[in-house]
Amino acid sequence: MAKILMKGNEAIGEAAIRAGCLNYFAYPITPQSEVAEYLSKRMPEAGGVFLQGESEVAVGYMIFGAAGCGQRVFTTSSSPGVSLMSEAISYIAGAQCPAVFVNIIRGGPGLGGILPSQGDYFQSVKGGGHGDYRLLVMAPASVQEAVEMMMMAFPLAEKYRNPVMILGDGLIGQMMEPVEFPDHLKSEPTNKDAWASNGMDTRGSDKQNLVKSLYLDPQQLNDHNLLLKSKYEQMKKEEIRFEPYNTDGDYRVLIVSFGTMSRVCRTAIDNLKEEGIEVGMIRPRTLFPFPESAIYDAAVKDSCTSVLSIEMNMGQMVEDVERCIRGQRPVRWYGKCGGEVPTPEEIMDLVKEYV
Amino acid sequence: MAKGKTFQKPEALTDNHTHYCPGCTHGVIHRLVAECIDELGIRGRTVGIAPVGCAVLAYNYFNCDFQEAAHGRAPAMATGIKRVRPDLMVFTYQGDGDLASIGMSEIIHAANRGEKFTTIFVNNAVYGMTGGQMAPTTMPGQRTTTSPLGRNTDETGMPVRMAELLSSLVTTGYITRQAVLKPKYINRAKKAIKQAFTYQMEGRCFSLVEVISTCPTNWGMTPLDAIRWAEDTLLPYYKLGDYKTPEQSSGNE
Amino acid sequence: MQSEVMFAGFGGQGILKSGAILAHVAMEEGYEVVWIPSYGPEMRGGTAYCTVVISDRPIGSPIIKNPRHLVAMNRPSLEKFAPTVRPGGVIVVNSSLVPIRSGRTDVDEILVPATDLANRIGSVKSANIVALASFVARSRIVDFERMKKCIREEFEGKGDFAALNMAAVEEGLKAAQK
Repeated sequence: MAKILMKGNEAIGEAAIRAGCLNYFAYPITPQSEVAEYLSKRMPEAGGVFLQGESEVAVGYMIFGAAGCGQRVFTTSSSPGVSLMSEAISYIAGAQCPAVFVNIIRGGPGLGGILPSQGDYFQSVKGGGHGDYRLLVMAPASVQEAVEMMMMAFPLAEKYRNPVMILGDGLIGQMMEPVEFPDHLKSEPTNKDAWASNGMDTRGSDKQNLVKSLYLDPQQLNDHNLLLKSKYEQMKKEEIRFEPYNTDGDYRVLIVSFGTMSRVCRTAIDNLKEEGIEVGMIRPRTLFPFPESAIYDAAVKDSCTSVLSIEMNMGQMVEDVERCIRGQRPVRWYGKCGGEVPTPEEIMDLVKEYV
Repeated sequence: MAKGKTFQKPEALTDNHTHYCPGCTHGVIHRLVAECIDELGIRGRTVGIAPVGCAVLAYNYFNCDFQEAAHGRAPAMATGIKRVRPDLMVFTYQGDGDLASIGMSEIIHAANRGEKFTTIFVNNAVYGMTGGQMAPTTMPGQRTTTSPLGRNTDETGMPVRMAELLSSLVTTGYITRQAVLKPKYINRAKKAIKQAFTYQMEGRCFSLVEVISTCPTNWGMTPLDAIRWAEDTLLPYYKLGDYKTPEQSSGNE
Repeated sequence: MQSEVMFAGFGGQGILKSGAILAHVAMEEGYEVVWIPSYGPEMRGGTAYCTVVISDRPIGSPIIKNPRHLVAMNRPSLEKFAPTVRPGGVIVVNSSLVPIRSGRTDVDEILVPATDLANRIGSVKSANIVALASFVARSRIVDFERMKKCIREEFEGKGDFAALNMAAVEEGLKAAQK
């Protein structure tokens, strides 16, 4: 299939359809409203469901209801909207339903701004809603990768019966790049008859399926949380994805960076190479599970003397980078937020301070 | 063995004993819903949505698929299910704290979109599960654990009349208020619930059956006094009857 | 080799569209491309701008502080962005609306009365295409004929507007050759 030039937001909408997800509920918010605009036309064409809910709170539960009866479903939003959906996300994780959430991050806190940011790293990776749950979080660095991650997101959500989050930023949503869509996914949600409230007749059963997150008995709730934990441990074994860049040879500095920020770092690394300075980079493609050992291994290489976590926020992922490096190398954060994005030149200057 | 009809449990109810207090009318309402499900033959394609409130464990008593919502969000969940599986029969079962307070937005918008599901709205003028706090439906002067001197309407406004409020929407719907205080009311309530499910089966409209109910425990009354108080105090303010039918509302527009 | 083109003007001047057309042409020529808009409240009536990055290798940073080229459709755009253009680039100035010049001596600056030319051939709406054509003719950043083909395809089926934009291409070419 030929490449087409497409805005990230529209490509995300199209990718969901090609992933066999024909159900979309959403509430408009900058900078991702183009997804809803695109799908308001495209879903009816594809025979799917498009509904603009009355709030992100309601949309979160529309997703829950649809996921609970075993249908592929997704929504897109941006930071303040995701805060409102976080209640439902906690319930969906607790009730073990598969669903896909896309957060095209804007600056915060509060109303913040509408320009790109990575300020929702903690919210996505550490919780956001209440209770002990995790999301499988993937962070694309291009429109093409956003498409590929969308196509992966639904089968992963179904494999783990857990919400998956695609964490982009305003740039990923707003920019146009050439994309090539993979073939339509052939897979269907499997095993849903075992748990989904899809109607007893649908599955030819006389046994109730119950989608719930309430466990009043402490022992049962503890067991339930242990079950959830075992899924997150399995994700750590099977779903870590990352991209190493310029890590084959020796380098003095290792950069850890994701999403749009990693592209800027890539330019800085290329420019530094021309000046004879070698810098390696690990780009986490999954933020949970986090590529802990890859970062550790790359950091403790003999030639490497320091590690930089470069982010479009005030220093969030750096806490995880420090955790994986376990004090073996000094770790520093550099970043900006609110729509300010560190430039390749700034990163080059920063690196030069350390070599 | 005596011949003829014997009293039986509807198939749509399980054998579990309920956790409801003595004199509570949730059991009656559960039974009415279950009888309607049986009579319409829809148990195998019904999904109920449990609220947060006393009926949070309703799924233990209904023998059909269930989902459990967060407080007030049942209409949004029902929307999600009904939109992606229009062939399923979906009902929410919500109390007055759940529906008329925290879930006000969700119920109004679901009703206004004309979502084709059914809401059973149990109004007993008080928060039950959390221990008898004031609800939007609490009567003026009514004592609760958060209005110990009686509801002061200067500060908290007047009780919300959901059936009236929802019937003011232009979108077609079936909105009715019933009660389960005595057999005469119960028979009418069952007819209304069956009508609501029938409209849903026909894909006709959103339907809501408000059911005036009692809460002897949190009202601090015996079950009999509670019924008397409900008739004397609630029914004059919450008048029973159909507030909107699809037949009427199509003439309204 | 990487080039970046900034298109800037008032919201409603078709700024984002001319950038998108250029990105599309470059993609068809086999280049890596990124198109980045300004977005937000300024989309309606205020300053609108977009950047198109064209490269023969994967594009790293999509955020460009110093573009190689500039197409300025109004005065504030020229004032704001002309100083950021890298030496040796092309600056197209819509001289119908911009009474000043960039003051740069290290760039190839051309004055194109895009709004007047567009008006003359039928509608001010095609001023963006006049400017784009002038820019491509002057910078040769992509093949002119391929751009023409893309513009034809872009506006196909839009009646008079399609013919208008094809005329705008010719006006732009002539203006660049002056």
